[in-house]
Amino acid sequence: MKRLSTAIATGAVLVLAAGAAQAGKDLDAIKARGQVICGVSTGLAGFSLADSQGKWAGLDVDLCRALSAAIFGSPDKVKYQALTAQQRFTALQSGEVDLLSRNTTWTLTRDTSLGLNFAAVNFYDGQGFMVPKKLGVKSARELAGATVCVQPGTTTELNLADYFRANRMDFKPVVIERLDEINAAYFSGRCDVLTTDASGLASVRIKDAKVPEDHVILPELISKEPLGPVVRHGDDQLLDLVKWTHYAMLEAEELGVTSKNVDDQLKSSNPGTQRLLGVSGDMGKMLGVDNKWAYNIVKTVGNYAEIYDKHVGKDSALKIERGLNALWNKGGLQYAMPIR
Amino acid sequence: MTAETAPLPDLKPPSSTIGPIGWLRRNLFNSIPNTILTLLALWFLWQIVPALYDWLFVRSTVEAADSRVCRDAGGLCIAFLMEKHRLILFGLYPFEQHWRPLAAMCLFLALILATCNRRFWKPWLWLCWAMGLPAVGVLMWGGVLGLRYVGTEQWGGLPLTVFLAAFGMVFAFPLSILLALGRRSKMPAIQALCIGYIELIRGVPLISVLFMASVMFPLFLPTGVSIDKLLRTQVAFILFAAAYLAEVVRGGLQAIPRGQYEAADSLGLGYWQKTGLIVLPQALKLVIPPLVNVFIGIFKDTSLVVIIGLFDLMNAAKQALIDPNWRGLAVDVYVAVSVVYFVFCYGMSKYSQALEADFNKSHR
Repeated sequence: MKRLSTAIATGAVLVLAAGAAQAGKDLDAIKARGQVICGVSTGLAGFSLADSQGKWAGLDVDLCRALSAAIFGSPDKVKYQALTAQQRFTALQSGEVDLLSRNTTWTLTRDTSLGLNFAAVNFYDGQGFMVPKKLGVKSARELAGATVCVQPGTTTELNLADYFRANRMDFKPVVIERLDEINAAYFSGRCDVLTTDASGLASVRIKDAKVPEDHVILPELISKEPLGPVVRHGDDQLLDLVKWTHYAMLEAEELGVTSKNVDDQLKSSNPGTQRLLGVSGDMGKMLGVDNKWAYNIVKTVGNYAEIYDKHVGKDSALKIERGLNALWNKGGLQYAMPIR
Repeated sequence: MTAETAPLPDLKPPSSTIGPIGWLRRNLFNSIPNTILTLLALWFLWQIVPALYDWLFVRSTVEAADSRVCRDAGGLCIAFLMEKHRLILFGLYPFEQHWRPLAAMCLFLALILATCNRRFWKPWLWLCWAMGLPAVGVLMWGGVLGLRYVGTEQWGGLPLTVFLAAFGMVFAFPLSILLALGRRSKMPAIQALCIGYIELIRGVPLISVLFMASVMFPLFLPTGVSIDKLLRTQVAFILFAAAYLAEVVRGGLQAIPRGQYEAADSLGLGYWQKTGLIVLPQALKLVIPPLVNVFIGIFKDTSLVVIIGLFDLMNAAKQALIDPNWRGLAVDVYVAVSVVYFVFCYGMSKYSQALEADFNKSHR
């Protein structure tokens, strides 16, 4: 009798162990293929864009590269599929891509009805307003009666109407389809206010304004646009890995681990750093990848601050403030769950 | 006495009818409407040419680190085109391997040009194709002979445009002949099938066919099975072009006098002999202009693959425009790309004219 119970217990342990060691089917497929297939945008400055040499670069692209680094130790084992907005969910559902890293807004409908899982938020965006400084406007509440330039047929247009109605203000929309023209209309003074996502406003201000300092982006964001990577239902291990890949980059920033000092940090006495870099603990093994997963991410791709600054932040042409994307202890929303 | 009757020397024609002035009067100012048109054209040129010269040569910028310098100068941003020309021409193909699509495209175009010349219609041309096409494939895909493998998701730029258009035409054309013949067939099942196909495809825009191929089709396949996106797109193009070409070919078939059919019948030719030897050669000759019209349309329609995320010439050019360091240079890029499209389309159009003249020798 005792032997039977021992056998059952052993069996149970074996089953559990097998469950832990064996990754989900998608992660297994990725490992067997030796490549992550990553769905990216067909072209969005700062997020995923082919540079002059036809190489993909951007914040969303770096998430794919980080995942590749976590699994294979090298950031270059990624096959990119450029997807349009209409194609993206089908491509993920049909298995054409493993991961969608394509500035996709996390909403309840998408999370539930499409058979998808949002893993994390790698960029918090939101709709904002830009006005010329000379108008002296300090808040969006002072915009009653303003002429607003807006692109038609987008949620931007609906959000705008909702916001003004909710605050009982009048406005005159100037609706223009093309981005170039709408920007030109704003800078030529045809409308007082330009509205689109805050990241877009920042880039317009830098690139198209004669004197960028003459324009202010008002502090109010009237919509929530949390953009993040998506995987399909059915492989929780891959979901975990994508999620923790993003957290590892945040944690590295929080701990001051960068691609430049990561080798020195291996000798760090900080237990948090040791766990992150795989010096102590079995974090990687629990995720089903190499124990140096986070080391490889930071070493080859960088921490979150590095990729942010490089692609959309202060070292890029877009120069978008960290804002909501600052770490939680610096007034932002980027908060890594503890790696322990 | 002999009176020498030397003819008077011929008077010169009035100076207003010879030389450049005469030519001008005969051709440009021979009537009031023509004079008005000439003056309008001159005014138009006077408006355009100096501005164009100014844009192309005077205010153009050769050296610039970003678009700001170019936009201040206001002319063509040559620096931008220098920076981005390889992205525009080859899309996402690995940068250091660009010689491969270039070589593949040149080889492919050479094969097509050779085939267009009827003096080369010899058995060895088949051999050239049999060796050339695999060579094009090896150059593009690689994976053998020490060439790195490059998946179709990285193909792009002009080679992609050329391949999509050329294979679209080459495969759509025979299919369209079958469809046209089927539509005129006396067998109800075949006729209904062909009419249904042609009308269905012609009833939907190309964009929706591309969407079906790229978005809907994968949903019908079991998970894990995926057919290459480029192949799906290529097939969509072929199916679409075939429907339009079929109607053109049918026009030609209907233009053949009934006597030709009857003559063939009286010679005791079977259906395929009659069609292949008597009807089709005459019918196709008649429809060269509309055929080339559709071919040119197909070539330009390839730019619609932008909506399914393939990086053809047009989409690669758009990609160059999105670069935040090079904003606001849409005119420069679109002019450059339109020059490339123009060269190809004008070439096709010229070839069709030459072909028509060649075929019509007997009628003149």
